[in-house]
Amino acid sequence: MSNIPSELKYATSHEWVRAEGDGTYTVGITEHAQELLGDMVFVDLPDVGDEVDAGEDCAVAESVKAASDIYAPIGGEIVAINEELEDSPESVNNDPYGDGWLFRVKASDESELENLLDAEGYEANIDED
Amino acid sequence: MTSKTVLHAKHLEAGAKMVDFHGWEMPINYGSQIEEHNAVREDAGMFDVSHMTIVDVKGADAQAFLRKLVANDVAKLKVAGKALYTGMLNEQGGVIDDLIIYFFTETEYRLVVNSATREKDLAHMNAVATDFDVAITERPEYAMIAVQGPNAKAKTATILSDAQNAAVEGMKPFFGVQAEELFIATTGYTGEDGYEIVVHNDDAAQLWQKLLDAGVRPAGLGARDTLRLEAGMNLYGSDMDESVSPLAANMAWTIAWEPAERDFIGRKVIEQQRADKSTDKLVGLVLESKGVLRGGSKVIVEGGEGVITSGTFSPTLGFSVALARVPRSTGDTAQVEMRKKLVDVKVVKPCFVRNGKSVL
Repeated sequence: MSNIPSELKYATSHEWVRAEGDGTYTVGITEHAQELLGDMVFVDLPDVGDEVDAGEDCAVAESVKAASDIYAPIGGEIVAINEELEDSPESVNNDPYGDGWLFRVKASDESELENLLDAEGYEANIDED
Repeated sequence: MTSKTVLHAKHLEAGAKMVDFHGWEMPINYGSQIEEHNAVREDAGMFDVSHMTIVDVKGADAQAFLRKLVANDVAKLKVAGKALYTGMLNEQGGVIDDLIIYFFTETEYRLVVNSATREKDLAHMNAVATDFDVAITERPEYAMIAVQGPNAKAKTATILSDAQNAAVEGMKPFFGVQAEELFIATTGYTGEDGYEIVVHNDDAAQLWQKLLDAGVRPAGLGARDTLRLEAGMNLYGSDMDESVSPLAANMAWTIAWEPAERDFIGRKVIEQQRADKSTDKLVGLVLESKGVLRGGSKVIVEGGEGVITSGTFSPTLGFSVALARVPRSTGDTAQVEMRKKLVDVKVVKPCFVRNGKSVL
């Protein structure tokens, strides 16, 4: 069974979102997603300063198996990206909720978070797959 | 209904993620495909290849039969145990399968063919065999383990008997020998040193465990694919099939044109293709920037276009490589359509890594 931390919010497209308490939100992909993708080899991230809409494809996770679009779970401005992934994309596999984070977004509309799933909802969503 | 090899339980024990591979439930990886790949390039890894089909060909006409059946010429084999890589063609000059043939005597050979093509291969062989005094016998009672990597032979030596070690001592590449209950061959699909070992089903799990205890790391089909692709070895069904000439699949070296009177199946068609230079060719592609070349992508070259037949990220090189079938006019560079963008790639010979080192 995949690890699905209860304090995070989730998109059905397998991104997780963590509130940092200052109006910014960290985004990554779930353990389940990295298991499906296999060993990560490149991660293409947005630029800091980019404006993204909720549901917009804004990054690409490329694994040994496939290239997979990453969607912004909420809209806003990209305020940070995980530059460490350039040299160690395997962090996405080894620590998807920690060192494997992808980018941080300053929410333009925090009500969009209500459209995301909680851990239980995400787990049910995986089970349907 | 999927089939399982006799090593199925050993894979689960080792934490394998299993997938359906042409009807066989096989390990795709045991956690990390890249770590398994690196183990084979740097140390020693092993693959369960028991799904592959072993076929023994015996009889007074065994040599004549094989000289008709395949494009390479088994009459070149003079030393017992010597192996030959070749294609088995149809009348239209397309590749029914690629295979390895081990020579024991002129009346006794062993063939190893692909698993996905097993049924049509056997049907074709049996159809051709009607004109020859030959017996074709599948050997499903045997499993096969490929042990590959710079330390593969040394680690395997620690678990072989004295007689087996004596039998493989100094054996050159592309040979096989029956050593007590094991058939041990210096063949492989990784571009590294090592063995392919044919073992009775009843003894396979024990052999696997001994190799594991000797420090040989299990590696899955994922690593097998990246290793063979780096080594520039074809995968049947991707890089060639029945619609593809061996001349368009980097298999010209596996065709014996001499003696000219040997009438192997498909000869007329490929002889004409050779004279006309009418086929595409298989090349290597290298993408040194970010991104991964994938099979099926369009390749745009000077004066035409081609297709990527296999593409992957190369763990050894740290960037992506691919095999592509392209027009003969292709020069040193090409463009690949990747995620709706055109990306420049280098065109090279279809081989990227040998014995752990880049050959680019």
